[in-house]
Amino acid sequence: MTATIDRPRTGAPAPLRPGRPPRRPIDRLRDVLTSPKSGPVLVTAVLFVAVFIVGGVRYNGFFSGQVLLNLFVDNSYLIVLAVGMTFVILTGGIDLSVGAVVALSTMIAASLLQTGWSPGVVIPLILVLTSVLGLLVGLMIHVFKVQPFIATLAAMFLARGLCYVISKDSISITEPTFVALAVTRIPLGGGLSITPSVVIALAVVIVAVWVLGFTRFGRTVYAIGGSEQSGILMGLPVARTKVIVYVVSGFCSGLAGVLFSFYTLSGYPLTAVGTELDAIAAVVIGGTLLTGGYGFVLGSVLGGLVLGVIQTIITFEGTLSSWWTKIFIGALLLVFIILQKVLTARRR
Amino acid sequence: MNALLLRTVSSRLFWPIVMLLVLVLINVIAFPDFLTVTVKDGHLFGSIIDILRNGAPTLIIAVGMTLVIATRGIDLSVGAVAAISGAVACSILLGSSDPGNPGTVAVAVIVALIISLVLGVWNGFLVSVIGIQPIIATLILMTAGRGVAMLITEGQILTVDSAPFKELGSGFWFGIPVAVVIGAVIFAVAALLTRRTALGMLIESVGINPEASRQAGVRARVLLFTVYAFCALSAGIAGLILTANQTAADANNTGLFIELDAILAVVIGGTSLAGGRYSLAGTLVGALVIQTLVTTVYTVGIPPIVTMVFKAAVVTAVCLLQSPTTNAAFAQLRQRLAARTARVKEAAAS
Amino acid sequence: MTEPVVEMSAISISFPGVKALDDVSFRMFPGEVHSLMGENGAGKSTLIKALTGVYQIDSGSIVVDGESVSFTGPAAAQAAGIATVYQEVNLLPNLSVAENILLGREPRRFGSIDGRAMRRRAAELLDGLNLDIDPGSLLGSHSLAVQQLVAIARAIDVDAKVLILDEPTSSLDADEVAELFRVIRSLRDSGVAILFVSHFLDQIYEITDRLTVLRNGRLVGEYLTEELLRIDLVQKMIGKELTVLDEIGRKAHSADAEGAAADRPADFVRAEGLGRTGAIEPFDLVIGEGEVIGLAGLLGSGRTELARILGGIDRADSGTLSIGGTGRGTGGTGRGGAGGGSGRGGRGGSKLRTPRQAISRRIAYSSEDRRGEGIIDELTVRDNIVLALQADRGWFRPIPKKRQEELAQSYIQALNIRPANPDALVRNLSGGNQQKVLLARWLAIAPRLLILDEPTRGIDIGAKAEIQKLVYTLAENGMSVVFISAELEEVLRLSHRVAVLRDRRLVADIENDGLTVDALLALIADGSVAEEGGVPDAPTAGSGPGAGRASDPDSTTAPAPLETSGDRR
Repeated sequence: MTATIDRPRTGAPAPLRPGRPPRRPIDRLRDVLTSPKSGPVLVTAVLFVAVFIVGGVRYNGFFSGQVLLNLFVDNSYLIVLAVGMTFVILTGGIDLSVGAVVALSTMIAASLLQTGWSPGVVIPLILVLTSVLGLLVGLMIHVFKVQPFIATLAAMFLARGLCYVISKDSISITEPTFVALAVTRIPLGGGLSITPSVVIALAVVIVAVWVLGFTRFGRTVYAIGGSEQSGILMGLPVARTKVIVYVVSGFCSGLAGVLFSFYTLSGYPLTAVGTELDAIAAVVIGGTLLTGGYGFVLGSVLGGLVLGVIQTIITFEGTLSSWWTKIFIGALLLVFIILQKVLTARRR
Repeated sequence: MNALLLRTVSSRLFWPIVMLLVLVLINVIAFPDFLTVTVKDGHLFGSIIDILRNGAPTLIIAVGMTLVIATRGIDLSVGAVAAISGAVACSILLGSSDPGNPGTVAVAVIVALIISLVLGVWNGFLVSVIGIQPIIATLILMTAGRGVAMLITEGQILTVDSAPFKELGSGFWFGIPVAVVIGAVIFAVAALLTRRTALGMLIESVGINPEASRQAGVRARVLLFTVYAFCALSAGIAGLILTANQTAADANNTGLFIELDAILAVVIGGTSLAGGRYSLAGTLVGALVIQTLVTTVYTVGIPPIVTMVFKAAVVTAVCLLQSPTTNAAFAQLRQRLAARTARVKEAAAS
Repeated sequence: MTEPVVEMSAISISFPGVKALDDVSFRMFPGEVHSLMGENGAGKSTLIKALTGVYQIDSGSIVVDGESVSFTGPAAAQAAGIATVYQEVNLLPNLSVAENILLGREPRRFGSIDGRAMRRRAAELLDGLNLDIDPGSLLGSHSLAVQQLVAIARAIDVDAKVLILDEPTSSLDADEVAELFRVIRSLRDSGVAILFVSHFLDQIYEITDRLTVLRNGRLVGEYLTEELLRIDLVQKMIGKELTVLDEIGRKAHSADAEGAAADRPADFVRAEGLGRTGAIEPFDLVIGEGEVIGLAGLLGSGRTELARILGGIDRADSGTLSIGGTGRGTGGTGRGGAGGGSGRGGRGGSKLRTPRQAISRRIAYSSEDRRGEGIIDELTVRDNIVLALQADRGWFRPIPKKRQEELAQSYIQALNIRPANPDALVRNLSGGNQQKVLLARWLAIAPRLLILDEPTRGIDIGAKAEIQKLVYTLAENGMSVVFISAELEEVLRLSHRVAVLRDRRLVADIENDGLTVDALLALIADGSVAEEGGVPDAPTAGSGPGAGRASDPDSTTAPAPLETSGDRR
């Protein structure tokens, strides 16, 4: 059962060698693929590359750098949302309010800019407001033990309703800074370019990677997802962390709303309906376990890109209608959830 | 007298009914003829009738949702199922040469309901056999379901011209709107099915204590299949009513957010999201509260979608009232009050 | 003598309705291994949780290292140098070994966690424990034994003065235990006070220096391990409660015992080599019709595990279980109504995989965990009573309201359930009445074998007497009963035969013919105590599985084999 090779040690009894005998690379590969930590992410990465190659083979002009970059351009807000959602789901929670908060942010931005407020005030204001909303949700969940699903549902209702309080109709944004941010392309050479939104989204991703991977707060997020009870017994600041993840998600939703308003240059109450599902799907497809504890921000980015590439393929296909996107997302969700189930069951 | 009052107040239906009465009262004050019901062409008309009719789809879904929630589950896919059901029925009607034929309508309705049932069985399979958390399992269908509905309608809004089908949404039977009759039938079926058989008791048992139920030999798997199938069936019926009401299947908007309204109705009705004891009567009151709220907001002149803000307030209030933290705080307060009264009495005695 | 590192004085803790700890004092010295001993409800885990800051004490004082402390939470206790390794290893399987050791105290550079320094520090600590694993690997990928040592490594890193090991050995094999003990000894020699909690008496005597015994929330005493005989320890843990139940008489069975020894009742259940890895070693057990088998053993001895396998709650992974009757074919005969619901029960050679199958064979298991696995607290008395019967019939064949009412009323009367209101919610009943409701649920299915796991724990003396009387009457009427209790008098009073368990093994199976509490204590403690301690009345019935079987005539009926031997290990 235990090791076949024991390093001889004098005096001391044979050390516990939990490791199986030395592994062949193929075994190690299998181990990595079946680990709940890395398995789903790798599957997603392979999937992304495969879909991209299939697209490249099938369609002219698909296999270009700009198509790849456009995935980021078109999905920068989704990437930011998925980052926030990753924090929440890693703790085992869920945030249904993100789509409505995006819409609310676009409405606040559009209406305040219309009345002549400066973007330098409007954007921070939006970020503060959405963070406060996240804080309230977090407190409701932690202090009043309301299920995350219900608490964020209430926040979703609230945000969506407030959109209509601001205006029933679409408000377009003509404020020069916003317009400039919307149309600016940052050239990368070779005819390739990205938008400022992409830069912002990537900055968010980098910060999130650092926070989750290399700070105590981040590791506590993982700890809560692993076992809240253990986290408490280990003396970690579980309560505080649980509330803060919803603040992070609120902040990210607000920022995503700002990016979305750069993208559409308008505020509209019915915008981003169902975006919370896209964000959750991106996170799950990106390999984060819905029960919490396992997952990476970069996985969620990858998940968002998979959603984007499916969208792109459907556009290129032409004959395939847009609703196939939803069906594909649903099918992918199913596959990944069952994959998670299998991987975690094997470990228990 | 005091005991009676206490029993009334502690009844789970007390607060929902108070909420409903307050809403009705506001309406009566604002619109004195709110309670008036008139008979026109042998049909009943009036604000109350409107509330009942417009609230019927939510009620129907909420009845199914109540049973799902009682098993510690939840079904997010009901809106999508409603959309699919409507889309199926409309596409069958449009594909037939004689959409006005009652036989064709019957076929369309039956096929739509069978498909709804299959979707419910699918949810039940994911939850009870694969063992996926209910929120997640039904999230899959919630996402993909709208796509499927659009696939069926091919992205169009399918407008049908079929008098018998239209009856489902806006017709009258014996002077009562058909939707209300259907709602009443579903409610009665659910009540009889669960309370006249052992289904209700076993559902509650599984929802309250799954392990004790297992040891007592209760087969949770069968129960879960049953409730998810029933919930999807009721969603399908609600979808038909909604579609018939507009005489059009709109894959995007039919039943949009209805899952949230249904869950809200269940929660307002006093059934805990943690599962266990459920109250169909409570759900009925909950659904009426929501619809009255929507109607009130509308008649007062606030844009209808703003009701979401009110719904948010209601959800928050209900959750905070149900919260263990609040209960503990109340219990402490009561204790302190009791202690104080005791001290006052003592002081008076000495 | 050195000063104690921990001194807990006059500690009391109450929960609603229970006084969990009543004026208990406890101390530990540096450089010793100390054990806390006691049965269910003794207050062991409450005391540990008070020491680790999970529970707040109502009264009393805690002094750690000469300083009076009052813990507001686990973090405060840890800061005071008290580290705990829980039975279920409260670590995080989703993080790396190094993180599990250092979480909350990670070395940092410029605000970032310094991963390299962390792994280096973890590797040092693991090396100190002679544990050769990669600190970067996921904790969840290692065996429980390794996880346990990782938890200890975490404890060592906080410079713990006190290390609490709560049942660390319950899922380790012999080699792993030896390794753990080596670590414990080396920690002890470095001056750490170690609180070692275990159900395994052999291990207690191997590793500990001192024992504190609790019973029913009170302190029994503190002893040096080497000066306390095993039998005395067991006696102190179990106690000798004077009960007022003499009216039942000491198992009037003895009257027919003389004749009965010759012709045993027909076998109802025959278990051969039945076992479950990690729960109970394979055992043989025969239960005759109308026979009461008492299971005696300490908490964690395997008594509950054995009962759960018999009751179909947990699946056996080896051995066979034959359930038969007196030549009337497989179980379930003569039961009207059951035919439809349990059609599959008749399938030849089906296994006892679920409680449902056990119930359709008319075997009922009443769990020791009344709240968690027994009552459905939000349902009424009536619903709780008819639950198992109804589940067996299936939901579409409801028991008529009138019949339900009759059932409920008859059991309320027969068992004297108070309040005598079938519509009362079970949660509002006292523990004893809840237990009676549970009994009623099982009696309603007319079981042929009733397994009662601690049915009398935590209930008042009156209800206790009623339940004992009931068991007695049921057996008289031909029902087989397996009865588990921590109170040996109770076991002896009711049982025809007593099966003794120790350390997850069935060690003796003896006729209750003049068996004394002392003899039973000796068996529970250790058969070998006779040589060491010279206990006069050590039983001669022998020990080891199947010892009592000698008196069995070879079964006259051949019960149909129900389960073939387990296919894999």
